[in-house]
Amino acid sequence: MRWRHVRALVIRYTILYTRSAPRVVEMFFWPFMDLFVWGFVTMYLLRVNGAHPSLVTFLLGAMIFWDIIYRAAQGVSISFLEDVWSRNLLNVFVAPVRVSEFIAASYAVGLLKVLTIALALTGGAYLMYSFNLFSMGFALVPLFANLVIMGWSIGMLTTALLMRWGQAAENLAWAVPFLIQPIAAVFYPVSVLPAWLQPVAFTIPASHVFEGMRQVLRGEPLNVERLIWAFVLNLVYLALAAWSFNHMFHVARRKGLLTKLFT
Amino acid sequence: MMPVVEVKNLRKEFDGTTAVADVSFAVERGETVGLLGPNGAGKTTAIHMLLGLIIPTSGSISVFGADLEKSRVDILARCNFSSAYTSLPYNLKVWENLMICAGLYEVDCARQKAHSLLDMFEIAHLKDQITGRLSSGESTRVNLCKALLNDPELLLLDEPTASLDPDIADKVRKILQQVQQEKSITLITTSHNMKDVQEVCSRILFLHKGRIIADGAPDHILEKFQQQSLEDVFISIARGGDLMVKEPT
Ligand SMILES: Nc1ncnc2c1ncn2[C@@H]1O[C@H](COP(=O)(O)OP(=O)(O)O)[C@@H](O)[C@H]1O
Ligand SMILES: [Mg+2]
Repeated sequence: MRWRHVRALVIRYTILYTRSAPRVVEMFFWPFMDLFVWGFVTMYLLRVNGAHPSLVTFLLGAMIFWDIIYRAAQGVSISFLEDVWSRNLLNVFVAPVRVSEFIAASYAVGLLKVLTIALALTGGAYLMYSFNLFSMGFALVPLFANLVIMGWSIGMLTTALLMRWGQAAENLAWAVPFLIQPIAAVFYPVSVLPAWLQPVAFTIPASHVFEGMRQVLRGEPLNVERLIWAFVLNLVYLALAAWSFNHMFHVARRKGLLTKLFT
Repeated sequence: MMPVVEVKNLRKEFDGTTAVADVSFAVERGETVGLLGPNGAGKTTAIHMLLGLIIPTSGSISVFGADLEKSRVDILARCNFSSAYTSLPYNLKVWENLMICAGLYEVDCARQKAHSLLDMFEIAHLKDQITGRLSSGESTRVNLCKALLNDPELLLLDEPTASLDPDIADKVRKILQQVQQEKSITLITTSHNMKDVQEVCSRILFLHKGRIIADGAPDHILEKFQQQSLEDVFISIARGGDLMVKEPT
């Protein structure tokens, strides 16, 4: 792995993002729309049902955490798509860039994107709903890291699908996170799911993270076992995603897809 | 001396269509080879295989004496590529794009290098332009700057002058020729433009339906097919090429 290559790719995507006003607006628009909607929903719930006040923190925390996964994934696959859209993909792959360097760069882009959005959302939630994500303290760091890693896996899988099936797979590719969401215990605990689905839910790293988040927001200490589970599962999925990307890259080179993508 | 490129029995099939049927050739250092042939002859596929963008169905490619598939990244560091069908990221400035490519190719003294290339192609004034706003002629020249940025030993071009007007095309040919001779770059280029090939290339590989049906200096090719110009050769092969594949002269 050559850091100079990774750095060059990261600089490129960073300029690409910050240069274009629509991209900057788009980056913040959807997360903030989510924040408005969920914020007002929780306020309404509190008023109508006299629900437990922790509900507000649960839902807003869940919303921000989910966005971390989603944006990290998007950051990874968008780097690839930007190259496809600007007919630059060939320039990248005829350069002496290793697949691992390309992946590392898109991870870095995903991470940068997430840090920016998550900080903005945290600020917004604090100002509008007095919800302070940082009240979670140090537990935030490992939870955040696990969410980002899961986002990376999803992003890489999405990219692999796009590389192999092009435009035909685009809708499916963007849907991957939402296929996982119902069993990832984002807005409700795993115990809400039917008994047979619960073991499945616990194969998803995010389930452990979201359960952990609720523990911490309730004021309990973070369950280390959950954290370990999330981390181990994440490593497995990350390895699988890397393998599938590498495999699809090979298939794409065999079928001549790199040169034909989206044309 | 070991050839820069050595291709043996190269073949590429895409789900039933044979793009490259059976191609073998070797290119020595400093040679300028033109891949000529009608649409669909397999020129682009061949170039893409030389760049490792497409994996051959069978056959072998070695570049700088190393197997392409095994040493892809090391080989690519000493090559470069430009095509009328690719472009650099459109919302970056020309200069930014060149500096980023310099990073990917680990070019030393990148700024100085980029300046002199921009000067050479007479596009120094476009340095701070957004790449997407360039005319196709300007963008082709920027692509060529990118392609020369790492002082490639092997330069692969796919229809380099496809979008240029005759005046600019002529300039670009002259520059390519000059750079090629100064640095004795090995050049493999495809083109529809007979002028490109006649002026720049010392050797022509004539491709038809994925096979090489003629290989030699432009004069030799004219003699072989008893034609006045390469354009006539091209037309006669495009229309009657099947015969020649069966009965090579
Ligand atoms: N990625 C691909 N998938 C399927 N068929 C392809 C692909 N690339 C090229 N072909 C086919 O291979 C043949 C040769 O194409 P190409 O190498 O582009 O020819 P040329 O550059 O000489 O015009 C054509 O019939 C083309 O349709
Ligand atoms: Mg072609």
